Amino acid sequence: MSIIAPPVATPGTLVERAGLVTRLHEWVVTVDHKRLGIMYVVSGLVFFLIAGLEASVMRWQLTSAGSTIVSPQVFNRLFTVHGTTMVFLVGVPIVFGFANYLVPLMIGARDLAFPRLNAFGFWVFLFGGLLLYFSFLGGDGLYGAGSAPDVGWFAYAPLTGRAFSPGNSTDYWNLSILVTGFGTVATSINLIATTLTMRCRGMSLGRMPLYVWMMLVVAGMTVMALPPLSAAQIMLLLDRFLGAHFFDTQAGGSAVMWQHFFWFFGHPEVYILMVPGFAMISEIIPVFSRKVIFGYPMIVAASLAIGFLSMTVWAHHMFSVGMGAPLNAAFAASTMLIAVPTGIKIFNWVATMYGGRIRFATPMLFACAFLFQFLCAGLTGVTLAVVPFNWQLTDSYFVVAHFHFVLVGALIFTVFGAIYYWFPKATGRLLSERLGRWHFWLFVVGFNLTFLPMHWAGMLGMPRRIYTYPADRGWDFWNLLATLGVPFQAAAILIFLVNVVISLRRGERAGNDPWDAWTLEWATASPPPAYNFETEPVVASRRPLWDLKHPDDPDGPHE
Amino acid sequence: MIPTARMSELTAQRMSAHGSGRLSPARVGMVGLIVAEASLFAVFVVAYLYDLGKSLSGPSPTEVLSVPVLGTVCLLSSSVTVALGVRALGRGAVRRCGAWLLATVLLAVVFLIGTAAEWLRLITREGLTIGTSLFGTTFFALVGLHASHVIVGLVMLALISAFAWSRALRPAHLERVELVSWYWHFVDAVWIVVLTVVYVIGR
Amino acid sequence: MSLTAAMEAVSTPSMFAPVSTPAFAIRDLSFLVLAVVTFIFVVVAGVTLYAIVRYRRRPGEDGRDPPQVYGSTQIELAWTVVPFLIVIVLFLTTTRYIFAIERHAAPADAVEVTVVGNQWWWEIRYPRLGIVTANELHVPVSDDARPTPTFITLESADVIHSFWIPQVAGKTDVIPGKTNRTWIEPRTPGTYVGQCAEFCGLQHAGMLLTVIVHPKNEFDRWVAAQQATAVDLPEARAGREVFTSVACISCHTVRGTFANGVFGPDLTHLMSRATLGAGMARNTRENLRAWVSDPAALKPGARMPAMKLSDDQLDRLVAYLVTLR
Repeated sequence: MSIIAPPVATPGTLVERAGLVTRLHEWVVTVDHKRLGIMYVVSGLVFFLIAGLEASVMRWQLTSAGSTIVSPQVFNRLFTVHGTTMVFLVGVPIVFGFANYLVPLMIGARDLAFPRLNAFGFWVFLFGGLLLYFSFLGGDGLYGAGSAPDVGWFAYAPLTGRAFSPGNSTDYWNLSILVTGFGTVATSINLIATTLTMRCRGMSLGRMPLYVWMMLVVAGMTVMALPPLSAAQIMLLLDRFLGAHFFDTQAGGSAVMWQHFFWFFGHPEVYILMVPGFAMISEIIPVFSRKVIFGYPMIVAASLAIGFLSMTVWAHHMFSVGMGAPLNAAFAASTMLIAVPTGIKIFNWVATMYGGRIRFATPMLFACAFLFQFLCAGLTGVTLAVVPFNWQLTDSYFVVAHFHFVLVGALIFTVFGAIYYWFPKATGRLLSERLGRWHFWLFVVGFNLTFLPMHWAGMLGMPRRIYTYPADRGWDFWNLLATLGVPFQAAAILIFLVNVVISLRRGERAGNDPWDAWTLEWATASPPPAYNFETEPVVASRRPLWDLKHPDDPDGPHE
Repeated sequence: MIPTARMSELTAQRMSAHGSGRLSPARVGMVGLIVAEASLFAVFVVAYLYDLGKSLSGPSPTEVLSVPVLGTVCLLSSSVTVALGVRALGRGAVRRCGAWLLATVLLAVVFLIGTAAEWLRLITREGLTIGTSLFGTTFFALVGLHASHVIVGLVMLALISAFAWSRALRPAHLERVELVSWYWHFVDAVWIVVLTVVYVIGR
Repeated sequence: MSLTAAMEAVSTPSMFAPVSTPAFAIRDLSFLVLAVVTFIFVVVAGVTLYAIVRYRRRPGEDGRDPPQVYGSTQIELAWTVVPFLIVIVLFLTTTRYIFAIERHAAPADAVEVTVVGNQWWWEIRYPRLGIVTANELHVPVSDDARPTPTFITLESADVIHSFWIPQVAGKTDVIPGKTNRTWIEPRTPGTYVGQCAEFCGLQHAGMLLTVIVHPKNEFDRWVAAQQATAVDLPEARAGREVFTSVACISCHTVRGTFANGVFGPDLTHLMSRATLGAGMARNTRENLRAWVSDPAALKPGARMPAMKLSDDQLDRLVAYLVTLR
């Protein structure tokens, strides 16, 4: 039997409110994982808004054939920066920001293993992000979108070589991402060290919350998969500045080698983005279904399997490159194989809901939408693994639909669910449920209206990364539909922002444990004191607060 | 009340080295760094192997490369000296530790001088630069990447050696010094790979 | 600026409206795959929806937590094994199609074509027939009795492009330093559209592609017409003077004259093509004049420089070019 320490008075109520400059200074010099986590998530959301604007301009242009609201040059810069921002400046910081915040709390630790390295990671990310956006001011200046990169977010060689990309736009892409990459690896090492060595007493690996398990897998993948990108980028730097020939096809260099190196990073990267979504869902669904997660050991095993398998599938982004039938078949096999551990997780989540008493608070609404949308995303992924089918659909709007279903329909939806779920813990106030519902429904409608038609446009032959298209191809209607989804999503985000601002000031006070949850972060105050727990917790099962609330039927014997 | 444990001070939790039986965060951190670096080097090695024989012009490896025997002996010996330095510190012999680390640094400097001399010869006499051919590109990139890591390790070891002489270094710092030595062993291991790939397989 | 395709009405380039053997194969495979994933979606989404509806908290229920179910090895094993079996079936089928399409051998009567991707147009050569043209791939229709597929060698002059006409085949990338092969075997005459499918720079969107499938005798006639050297009409001599004196010949070839530049499209039979600038404008006299005067006005970023000709030179030049049928 285990008991949690008594709640601590909410800090800040007893101390005189410091001046604005002092408070800002505290945030700037902080090494506290909670503050850094919040800073990561807030920065990520700011970049999300910017990248969303970039997407909105593109959708506006693509509404009808032949439209040229922006020049081809600007459009190409827009889709490059949109993709780069969303992956590196939105996805990565938000998922690592949440991990920053939650992992120490969930394992009963005081902070991450290396707090100053943590701060370094954040500031390096922010610098890299600002460097990327500074590129809009170079060259011709803001009107012509300056020197912003225009080679696509995966920057294929030899288009990125000096010969075909003169000027500095590609260098902005290269350097900003290289720099943010160092921060991400540092944070991952930090998370691994923390998780392996700083768990509270009684918390064996088998008693860690699933969120912590999955973030451990994610951190491990990052440490192995991000350096290849850095290596490729260093090679590109050498090519562009010192006349090296890594990707210089005129000198015998290999354009395909860039793709191999990039996707060796790139594929694990998308799992690095997605698995944290699974991690958050694995915490939210049980609490709102009022049931323990179904099949904890299997989910852990599946997560580890995904971690390893994700390093073996990279060339499924290259099926049209001409690798030859045997290699094509091999990567089809590994890609289809990874669908199994990824897919069965859905069954575990549904089985958790089955027989439960589901409460549809806003986090659970987002979780439910996630289930359907991720199912769709995963299945379109399986179709893309069918190589001949891939030969039609790769580089088309079908792929654009697929990965937006993964990264928006699955990841962003879980991020919103997670924000509604953990915002009370971080701020001490609940977000408005009413505004939350508006946010949810508008976003679901808008998201599906934009991205479902894209599947069809791809099947009708529409390639991606085109600034306009001919009028007689039958693509107009589907593009119009896709654009119609934009105002819904914009309205949803606006409502979300209003919700955050209002709730920070006037939201209902949350208390320690507003959701009647079971993991350690809910055992301390909202927001937690700087040191997290007054005394180091001791746990005897995977759900310490369940044990506390159900002393007659603790989890331990069942596990 | 979640019983028993007084909240361990964060530093104490992190500095639990020998005797606690628990893995220390610093060790895990260094292993993590080494894995990341290994992944980085692996890509350059793959590029080197992939591009072997594909140069369109310029001198070939067989023509211009000779095995850097002295440098290799020095670098690999430096792994021994750094290990001896760590052992000395473990026994409380701070000055001796400083001496062994200084020896490590000097061996590394000899290695780097050898590399520099080789590069000078290749660039000025053999006409091989990073821009000459695929061989030049992959050679200078891989060997250069390794050399840069030698320099970083060398600086760290020189600092520790200086601290030993200034008495700032104490036996309690053993774990930190040991972890730097792990990094150094990694750099040496990478050299063995580079040596094999560039000077043996490649020629 | 507008993007247009060939002169006839074109069908939507749907992968579900194939006209060529590899595209038929892909469509058939995709029916199977789509059936499988649709089935999976319906079942899983159905169960999920059921759980959401059936197990929602109802008003008036007490606040007690329901029975906790920690897992079931049997169920979990079952729902791992079944997807694994589905994966095996999909994989085996996929592999069969991969090899069938990629390892298809060229029969003796196959037409050989080399396509060279450029920023931002397609050079199309028929090495055995001595023809070089641009942006339009003319092929004979094939039938089972005497198959005449077209086998295509893909090369790039600069960056990576991708050769994609959905109704005739899946896409194959066009990569500098690497030679790829693909094949098509259209069964129905007609005009089928596609475009570059790998981002290749500024005018990636303006690199359209057309495959024109002729009945066999019509194809032979087209070949003969293309093999002829350029006509030399007396009334066009003045224009030809302009053509050879201004730098045109440094980039363009006109067979039968000493113009043998290789950077731009072969112009020997320029007027036999439906569009200019790889689909940017219909190939009419007016558009041709506009193009030659300033290509960037029709296709911003086009590699061909504005020739800065006087109106008189332009008129004479265009009068010559329109004779190149």
